[in-house]
Amino acid sequence: MIRNVFRAVVLSLGLIAGPTTAEEPFIVVQSTTSTQNSGLLDNILPWFEAETGIDVRVVAVGTGQAIRNAINGDGDVLLVHSRADEEQFVADGWGVERFDVMYNDFVLVGPKSDPAGVEGGSDIVAALTAVSQAKAPFASRGDDSGTHKAELRHWEAAGVDPADASGTWYRETGSGMGATLNVASGMDAYALTDRATWESFGNRGNLEVLVEGDPRLFNQYGVILVNPDKHPRVRASAGQRFVDWLIGPDGQAAIEAFKPNGQQLFFPNAK
Amino acid sequence: MQGFASEFNTAIGLILNGDAELWAIVLLSLKVSVFAVLISALIGMPVGAALAVARFPGRRVLIILMNALMGFPPVVVGLLVYLMLSRSGPLGVLELLYTPTAMIIAQVVLVTPIVAALTRQVVEILAEEYSEQLRSLGVSRLASVPVLLWDARLALVTALLAGFGRAIAEVGAVIIVGGNINHVTRVMTTTIALETSKGNLALALALGAILIGIAIAVNAMVSALTLQAEREGLRHA
Amino acid sequence: MRDLISEMAGHIVVNGVKIARNGAALLDVPHLALNGPGPTLILGPNGAGKSLLLRCLHGLIVPDKGFVKQDGVPLNTDQTARQAMVFQQPVLLRRSVSANLDFVLKRRGLHRSARKVRIAELLAEGGLEGKARQSARSLSGGEAQRLAILRALALDPDTLFLDEPTSALDPSATQMIEGMVLRASGRGVRIVMVTHDIGQARRLAADIVMMHGGHVVEHGDARQVLDAPKSEASRRYLAGGLVT
Repeated sequence: MIRNVFRAVVLSLGLIAGPTTAEEPFIVVQSTTSTQNSGLLDNILPWFEAETGIDVRVVAVGTGQAIRNAINGDGDVLLVHSRADEEQFVADGWGVERFDVMYNDFVLVGPKSDPAGVEGGSDIVAALTAVSQAKAPFASRGDDSGTHKAELRHWEAAGVDPADASGTWYRETGSGMGATLNVASGMDAYALTDRATWESFGNRGNLEVLVEGDPRLFNQYGVILVNPDKHPRVRASAGQRFVDWLIGPDGQAAIEAFKPNGQQLFFPNAK
Repeated sequence: MQGFASEFNTAIGLILNGDAELWAIVLLSLKVSVFAVLISALIGMPVGAALAVARFPGRRVLIILMNALMGFPPVVVGLLVYLMLSRSGPLGVLELLYTPTAMIIAQVVLVTPIVAALTRQVVEILAEEYSEQLRSLGVSRLASVPVLLWDARLALVTALLAGFGRAIAEVGAVIIVGGNINHVTRVMTTTIALETSKGNLALALALGAILIGIAIAVNAMVSALTLQAEREGLRHA
Repeated sequence: MRDLISEMAGHIVVNGVKIARNGAALLDVPHLALNGPGPTLILGPNGAGKSLLLRCLHGLIVPDKGFVKQDGVPLNTDQTARQAMVFQQPVLLRRSVSANLDFVLKRRGLHRSARKVRIAELLAEGGLEGKARQSARSLSGGEAQRLAILRALALDPDTLFLDEPTSALDPSATQMIEGMVLRASGRGVRIVMVTHDIGQARRLAADIVMMHGGHVVEHGDARQVLDAPKSEASRRYLAGGLVT
């Protein structure tokens, strides 16, 4: 009886084992959670894959980690949103060239009760100042991501060092955008988020957009081919095709056409 | 959380209607973890049995080390495997990062100590009982290993299940080395993490329900096996 | 008895064997020669060192001092391979009855068909014909001990050691075991069996080794030891034993 069970297990294993993946060309794109969680990449990548037969495998992490992974050579293309870091990445020789792809904006979300009284404003620096003065709970990514870096720039402009309040009203989650929004939703905290993640986020609770429209909340995405001179095994030609497609008319049109629930989340702006 | 009930219903609907994408994820989870457990068994059982019957200096230290490894944090294992498999790492040439194979490797690292440690415990008790009899039959210490492993098979199945439980429920390591790539390395736990981060708590919960269902099914299977074995009188004295 | 030179192989000689633990002597046997046709019964009270002596004879325990020789050769694995042992508590593999026998036959390198024939013979010898496929661990105490003896016999040993094989069994189960022991002896297997049952010694023994306090106090023809013991320790044990 036991032997028969064993036989059956072995047999069924053989069936599900099979070859893991058929050998088809693919590239690995190191990207951010916002492009994945919003559904953008799931939506536009099939177009590219149908056209080229190149499978695009997306690893979605924070911008900081995505860049570090790319420096390690664990990706062929980098698609992130922290311009200064991207330019540094290219300047250090890790990337070939940086191209603008698309933009959207950051928004400050917070509880309807709005203890800092920032609702309806369009000055992010003034709003953060008010939050810090009210010592209202604020959930930060705290993960060296593009959004986290943008947030820190605004605190700096406000002359507030949130690190001083770390653990009191300033809560660093050390997690992705969605996880941070879950925290904010759970504790009725303010949070800075990219609009795409916010729009596709399903657990808003009492949160709503309180501050938007500040030009400083502009959120630019860039794409870079990882430098094959640094990492010879980078799939350079397939990666280059993806970069060309993304900043070319087809890719730009696909981004333009992505409108979940009729709302546009990313605006193509490749030159 | 207004739409929680309806979202949960949707999720249950996906499961019941055999949504192809969902089941592909479930199947990949099973495939990765079953493979990992089988490889762990091939490594961990002989190692555990050898530690149970062999006597050599440093054996106690090895056993303590092995028991400690049972509780190794998955994230650390993930990080170590990532550093090995990264293109900048020593095994970068194999191009295994972000593949199911990488996830299997990480789970093997997690599960092997469990299998080895539990095997050692079980076999050591059995070896004590069998020791004189096997020597009388002229079976050397080395040759006694397969005999003990086979006769401890019921307890070893339980050890493998413990390993399987750790493997299939683990997220920290596989998300680092697998990258949670859609259709390639996305398994149940990483999907749950992803859906949670999207705020789709109901779908995440429904996936969690499947995970629990698998755990129950596997344990029920083993319980049935044990019952059958008891009936056949194979239970350990 | 000691003058009888048997045709059987497997003469065992004990010389100057001593075992001590924590300063206390557990076994002290200056000389013992087991070269008769047997069966030899080792008799004595609990703690006399009977089982310890048996384990020394089979090489399971290496004495602190002295040595055991078989046919003039110090015990080694080749020597002990010609011996088999049945323990007080049968240790059966967690497999079927026939698999327990097959395990031994396979190790001896017998071919599949030969093993099949031999297993059938052995099962018939032990009255376990109907239980071949049953789990060995589900056997009754008497059946389990019979299987343990069959498995020992499957080794085709020159010498079969038995350590109080019937101590936990009822009279009918004991009778079956004794029958198997006598038949094996009749086929030329040298039997060396430990017991504290004087009746059993009387039923089976050709010669008796009487032990007390780690010493061999007497070794001789069964009738002589039982009816006219020479040592004071034997007399007291047999007297006490006869009372029960």
